[in-house]
Amino acid sequence: MKPAPFEYAAPPTLDEALAILSENDPDEVKILAGGQSLMPLLNMRLARPELLLDLTRIDELGGISARNGGLSIGALATKRDVEDSALVRERNPLFMESTIMIGHPQIRNRGTVGGSMVQADPAAEYPAVAVALGAELVARGPGGERVIEADDFFITYLTTSLEPGEILTEVRIPDLAAGTGWSIQELARRHGDFAIVGAVAMLRLESGICVDLRVVIFGASDRARRHSEAEALLAGERPSAALFDAAGRAVGQSLEDPTDDVHASAEYRRDLARVLCVRTLTEAVERAEGSGG
Amino acid sequence: MAGRQIRVNINGTDHQAIVEPRLSLADFLRHELGLTGTHIGCEHGVCGICNVLIDGRSMRSCLLLAVQVDGRSVETVEGLAEGEKLHPIQEAFMDEQGLQCGFCTPGFIMSLKELLDRNPNPSEDEIKDVLGGSICRCTGYAGILRAVQSAVAKMGGGRPSLLD
Repeated sequence: MKPAPFEYAAPPTLDEALAILSENDPDEVKILAGGQSLMPLLNMRLARPELLLDLTRIDELGGISARNGGLSIGALATKRDVEDSALVRERNPLFMESTIMIGHPQIRNRGTVGGSMVQADPAAEYPAVAVALGAELVARGPGGERVIEADDFFITYLTTSLEPGEILTEVRIPDLAAGTGWSIQELARRHGDFAIVGAVAMLRLESGICVDLRVVIFGASDRARRHSEAEALLAGERPSAALFDAAGRAVGQSLEDPTDDVHASAEYRRDLARVLCVRTLTEAVERAEGSGG
Repeated sequence: MAGRQIRVNINGTDHQAIVEPRLSLADFLRHELGLTGTHIGCEHGVCGICNVLIDGRSMRSCLLLAVQVDGRSVETVEGLAEGEKLHPIQEAFMDEQGLQCGFCTPGFIMSLKELLDRNPNPSEDEIKDVLGGSICRCTGYAGILRAVQSAVAKMGGGRPSLLD
């Protein structure tokens, strides 16, 4: 057996899970959702919890439904649930596209939306899309329910603003506004791997002028971040290749403390962020023009 | 560590067992039930050799605990053949030399079974998406692609052109 021994609980309700969490030292508990990140850590004994709290028997945490102006995605909905959802396909093609970029079918069959958010891997697609879309993350804890803006949820490498006694229950994804052009692109060593660097761009065109810009870079530093300096360069302007290049350079220059590891140097990541910014803006504008915006 | 009782249907047969919570499904299948057709490679979800079907969906059995399949149905490569008669996907892998050392083969075959059970006529992208979830260290991918074409044809679908 690979993992170190642990106690195991798989309660059928969220209330019971919260009660178990409150009765134990939160530092000694690991919460298990789809397990596509946590199980490897357990197998390698990098995580050695005293108690494994398995949420996968809690039916109330699953499901995808429409919610005024957006989608409500249960924390335990799998990526496969998203992929198979006609509702997501119709309402949020960006969220759909980011889902298909994750792992492989065998991973998406088990991995959950909430799990990816809480794992907060800086190179993961879902946190980046959550930041770009202005998603809200809903948590329940001893003090009741709390709604956290995506930008306040992701703190740094593998760290969120969830309190130790809290459990993520729901992710609220706003619909794309009519006429929104979007793009998500990444460079990964193989399809399905975490991104070396990735970018998300969103914008609308009003009478040919760029508005409502979002430029998010992920995989390049400690967390997915918006790049307001690049957004500002384009806001109120007509899109042009020269402006995309300027925005890309702004992104490259403003990246703080880019990751430097065996996969890519900091300078390579800086340049990749620039290139992917240009490519995603170009594609987002094409989509916005195609939608008649 | 207290054991837990689980009931699980594996390849159509109900099993009951007492398992330690930390026992992976892959180790349960191999060590407790002797179902060694499921191979284990990396044990952290990367290689896709240990894929089995849980309620018809392919998943890494190294990333599941045996306790988590309590009440579920599990399908492994041993469940495919009917007596001496191989499943069409197995036949296709044999006919087209879709295996060299054979170590990765169960992982590929179980993932493909999920795909073809759900969609007998998958697109090239769908096939490659599924195949991308397993690694063949012999690099025998050309044979695997031929086997997929053959399996799709045997199972009544069209003939995807994957080698162009």
